[in-house]
Amino acid sequence: MEASKVRDELKAYIRTNLLHDPAYPLADDEPLITAGLMDSFSLAQIAVFIETSFGVNLPDNDLTVPNMDTLELIVARVMAGPSGA
Amino acid sequence: MTVRTLVEPVAARARRDPDRHVLTFIDEGGQREHFNAAQLDRGAAAFAAALAAVGVAPGDLVIVVLRHSPVLLSAFWGALYRGAVPSIFPYLTEKLDPQIYRERIGTLVRHSGARAVITFPEFRGPIEALLHGASCRVLTADDLPLDAARTWEAAPLSTTAESLAFLQHSSGTTGLQKGVALSHRAVLRQIEAYGEAIGLRDDDVVVSWLPLYHDMGLIAGCVMPIVAGIPLVLMSPFHWVRTPGILLSAIHEHRGTLCWLPNFAYNHCALSIRKKDMEGVDLGRLRAVINCSEPVRHESHRRFLDRFTPYGLREEALATCYALAENTFAATQSPIGRPPRVDWVSRRTLRETQRAVPCEASTTEAIAMVSCGIPIPGTQIDIAGPGGARLPERCEGEILLRSDCLLAEYYRRPDATAEALRDGWYHTGDMGYLADGELYVSGRRKDLIIVAGKNLYPQDLEAIADGIPGLRPGRSVAFGVPDENLGTEAIVMVCELEAGEHDRDAIARDLRKRVVQQTEVTLKDVRLVEERWVVKTSSGKTARADNRAKYLEGRVG
Repeated sequence: MEASKVRDELKAYIRTNLLHDPAYPLADDEPLITAGLMDSFSLAQIAVFIETSFGVNLPDNDLTVPNMDTLELIVARVMAGPSGA
Repeated sequence: MTVRTLVEPVAARARRDPDRHVLTFIDEGGQREHFNAAQLDRGAAAFAAALAAVGVAPGDLVIVVLRHSPVLLSAFWGALYRGAVPSIFPYLTEKLDPQIYRERIGTLVRHSGARAVITFPEFRGPIEALLHGASCRVLTADDLPLDAARTWEAAPLSTTAESLAFLQHSSGTTGLQKGVALSHRAVLRQIEAYGEAIGLRDDDVVVSWLPLYHDMGLIAGCVMPIVAGIPLVLMSPFHWVRTPGILLSAIHEHRGTLCWLPNFAYNHCALSIRKKDMEGVDLGRLRAVINCSEPVRHESHRRFLDRFTPYGLREEALATCYALAENTFAATQSPIGRPPRVDWVSRRTLRETQRAVPCEASTTEAIAMVSCGIPIPGTQIDIAGPGGARLPERCEGEILLRSDCLLAEYYRRPDATAEALRDGWYHTGDMGYLADGELYVSGRRKDLIIVAGKNLYPQDLEAIADGIPGLRPGRSVAFGVPDENLGTEAIVMVCELEAGEHDRDAIARDLRKRVVQQTEVTLKDVRLVEERWVVKTSSGKTARADNRAKYLEGRVG
């Protein structure tokens, strides 16, 4: 699993399904939740997408706003795998 | 002995059956903490003694600002033990601006005349600085005089059934909300009547993630089970929202039988619980999952059933309730043991003639109205037309109610109390109709937007836009649009730009950020429009319904 592929798929999912704007110029380090772009509910939806698309189950404790507020944080967390090692 | 106050059952249980299990708290790490009757009683006594030590007298208002935790319950019951009147304030989250949040607490304290704020140690300094000059003390769990607690006698003699028990905040986002003041008698009566309506049993177990600053969480998910001696399993709303599977695994693990959810939660569970989180989960013991606090959607129930029937969820466990803080909590309840009735009516006839005319479910204009059930014992519902005349069945009008568990008053707001309570009837402002004795709610208070169970007034959002450079003051409008995926409403704002060149993206980002920091809600869409787009009434007020229709017709841009 390549980071660039994970990043592209996540970005497309977030823009289309969570921001409802496939053309939104989302930067990798742009805050998603604390800037009011998407809701906390979206964290759970992203976790389902990550399970379905990449087969990775992130531990519940990692699904927090500080851990998941930007695309680059989410990608890094997926690449670290289920244990976060 | 007739129970007069909310304190007596809790204190009596601690003496009679000290080891009785009352609460399991699931923390954010998934750890379980268990509390018995004696521990809750001692925790409450410690807070009561601490409140007395700083001069809080029976009848004084106490604001509780604590995150979802066992300490929150001890503090709440501690204020009751003191005979004081607690009111739970929402806790600070990552999204809110801490400065604005604390200023709201300050405003609330000054307007309500609160005598104490109970909070966490890290909040003490900032809140004390903010309350400088007010005769209000700040208490934390570090201040508890454990020696005094050992000898504390619960239930001061001056507390009677008619004394105020606590305040609930009904709706709105500002610190100037109307506090719904409830007497001990009203709350005890609600618990008795609602317990009868749902057939509350000794072997029930309540599982809840609901916040305690809202009537559904406070009454159904805290006060009722604790007073009735029913085990309660609690988890934090923030924890649940991110990982909704914890609710269902807790229902399985703790043999939960009762759960209350706002409508969006049915969608959130159906949509956002991972397969892994459902492994081994059995929902067969659930006897009622009760939908209340935002409009009930048939589609949400269907999605919930589709997803969880394979895990043992039974269709007859679906239930509904119409609740409002002013009636303590529930006003109606669908009979337990059968799914709520669904009334297919013509959308056009309902909108144009205010009559609910049944039609075939298969026709395009049919809408599914889900019954909220029948009035609970002691509560009476009427439907009134614009002049106050009572309407027959299947006619839509304002929902009025009369009961033995109504609010005593809006706290220190005789004007608001007189407006809402007329001739003994509480005027809800909600619209609905009765059919075969069951209540169908068709619309909520004018302009009110309900997002995921949270009530918002568009005026508060529009005021935020007024402060943004580049936007024309008084020329922004906020309204709700259906969010079918989440089973709730989403908020759209349309704002007129000042003349000249603007960085539109920067303005939209600024608005989104300020809205989330002040209200915690995320705007689904921000549309920046040219001058004269926003429709006003002839008297210069913002015509939200007209602007909403204009937006939905796609005439924006």
